[in-house]
Amino acid sequence: MRIGLIGQPNCGKSTLFNQVAGYKAETGNFSGTTVTFTESSVRILGSVVDVVDLPGTYSLAGTNPAEREVIKYLTSNDIDVVVNVLDASTLSHGLLLTIELLELNVPMVIGLNMMDEADRLGIHVDVKMLEEMTGLAVIPMIASKGRGIQPLFIQAFQVGQSKQRPEQPRYREELENLLEVLVKAITVNTSYLNPRALAIKLIEGDQSVLDDLSIHNPGIASDLKTIRESLEHQHGGSAEWVINDERNRLAGHIAEAVIKQGRRNITFRDKLDDILLHPIWGYVGLITILFLFFQVVYTLGGLIEEPMMGWFEGFEIWLSGRFSHPEELIPQVLVGLIQGISGGVAIVLPYLIPFLIGLGILEDVGYLPRVAFLMDALMHKLGLHGKSIVPFILGFGCNVPAIMSTRILEDKRERFISAALSTMVPCAARLAVVFGLVAFYLGPTLALAIYLFDLFVIALTARILNKLVPDDSPGLILEMPVYRIPTVRTVFSKAWWRIREFVVEAWPLLIVGSVILSILHFLNLAIYLNALVRPLSWVLGLPSEVGVPLIFGVLRKELSLVMLGQALGSMTFSQVLSPVQMITYTVFVVFYIPCLATMLVIRKEMGSKVMWMIVVLTTVIATLASLVARAISLLIY
Amino acid sequence: MKLLDAPKNKPVRIIDYTGGKGVDKKLRQLGLIPGRKVKVLRFAPIGGPVMVDVEGRSVALGRGIASRIQVEMV
Repeated sequence: MRIGLIGQPNCGKSTLFNQVAGYKAETGNFSGTTVTFTESSVRILGSVVDVVDLPGTYSLAGTNPAEREVIKYLTSNDIDVVVNVLDASTLSHGLLLTIELLELNVPMVIGLNMMDEADRLGIHVDVKMLEEMTGLAVIPMIASKGRGIQPLFIQAFQVGQSKQRPEQPRYREELENLLEVLVKAITVNTSYLNPRALAIKLIEGDQSVLDDLSIHNPGIASDLKTIRESLEHQHGGSAEWVINDERNRLAGHIAEAVIKQGRRNITFRDKLDDILLHPIWGYVGLITILFLFFQVVYTLGGLIEEPMMGWFEGFEIWLSGRFSHPEELIPQVLVGLIQGISGGVAIVLPYLIPFLIGLGILEDVGYLPRVAFLMDALMHKLGLHGKSIVPFILGFGCNVPAIMSTRILEDKRERFISAALSTMVPCAARLAVVFGLVAFYLGPTLALAIYLFDLFVIALTARILNKLVPDDSPGLILEMPVYRIPTVRTVFSKAWWRIREFVVEAWPLLIVGSVILSILHFLNLAIYLNALVRPLSWVLGLPSEVGVPLIFGVLRKELSLVMLGQALGSMTFSQVLSPVQMITYTVFVVFYIPCLATMLVIRKEMGSKVMWMIVVLTTVIATLASLVARAISLLIY
Repeated sequence: MKLLDAPKNKPVRIIDYTGGKGVDKKLRQLGLIPGRKVKVLRFAPIGGPVMVDVEGRSVALGRGIASRIQVEMV
């Protein structure tokens, strides 16, 4: 048996899922789409059932592909029973989705979540009455505290077994009569939807439903036209919202009948926005929170990275010492292997784990939408929305979590631009290059100048990308959920899934890449590699030896400094590079191709095409930016 | 009157909105339905979004959208 969880955003659906799913859950996609769901097996009454967590959605009435996929899935034989999670504290709004689900005519139960929150707001829900009016079993629960979960799943299991379908909601008479006409006109139904649901979709103006039905029911289009005209006449507005208005009326009617409003307890949580969204204190808070987040992640990460890297380096030396000829293929490959492993376990994971836990907390507390609210005006100047500030800030530490954090953005275009721009934010590894070369030899002022130049280039790129991929979104429309105390279980299991994705999908490639590079190194292809990069290094006025460190820098950015010393035969860079060359090289390193781990995360999150686009884009920008930097520094020196 | 110009913490009723179909749908999904009473809670500074109370839930709207929603005082 398979149980589908569905509910509006912030209804606590994921908390419920995490309470039952634990750490075994798998994420998947609906075939051919980017709509993801999470699935896990759970034991109920001695049987093992699958529980599927579907993406949160306000409504299914939409004509967008994601909503259609969800409808198709819910009505297919894959799902035996639907659990509709409702937030008891915002019942009338949530019931809108419930009514849409009832129209689908699938076996279903209601999990009435957040009973504690409703209590606090003085909202008393008459559960019996709600059951009567919806015709569904309603189980009150508090998912975050684990209350009511067992009864809910037992009930769902029983409804799934009996395959009992609820009655479809009835609307006002004129509408019912018109629906009847349409239902009768559908003589051949090959759709996954029942005739009544199809009739509703037709009135709502779903073109794909009309196209499909017209194949076997040629008269349907003209029937629909008459009906829509009649509705528009009665309603005095566009026909497509008639059903929506009816659902709202019904939802309001049910909510009114089942809710008794008592006294509301105003607590500190209700006052929190007065501070956190305050025109001044809000920004002080934002900077403090993001700064603390950044500090905690990178201090913790550094505490783990340094000893671990030390251990791995020691191991590498020890291993090389075991071979009488460490320059031979096998020891070289082993060293490459260790570097690939250490890159994942000692460099990425120490930052990724605290970062994902921190992001999970900010997400579940409900702070991220507030970030969007505060930063919207400023980010608009870059053609982005408020939440895009998060990947930028994280990018200063490591680009991998920055790319992962673009998940908080809903819009595809915005995800792409934010990802592309945040790979140009100088991460900690590139900071090492800026400090090791420019700050050390040419002074901290120039290092700061490179940082400012970097921000300028990012802003300029944002403007250009905006021209190329214009923003067609109308602007911010975003619900601000109430602040909630996150549950440890939800935060940890979410972090765990994402870490597992990195470990399973990106890390092996990092190891393979590292081994390949070590083979290239063994084959002593330095001359060829340098020749490959020569056109670029020539244009930038750099010695041809920078080819190898630049190529290896793709693996790990700090290698472009470490290997530069090896390649040029001196770690005293002032003897082998002119100040202009140092600046040009550093600027190029700051912008060019993101490191392999970042590339792999981009591929995982947004696909190969986006990854290659960003690779090309950053290379072009790096070349242009370093040419500009070269021209400017030639004027100075 | 535009929602953008509505006074803070005073209930207003949505009359109608102008704008693309996508906006219509999203506003309706979040409960900003013509005929419903809402209340402006706060404005973000420097041309930022407007936060509106819709039946006990808070919804943030960009100024562009808030200026396309027609409201009347209740």
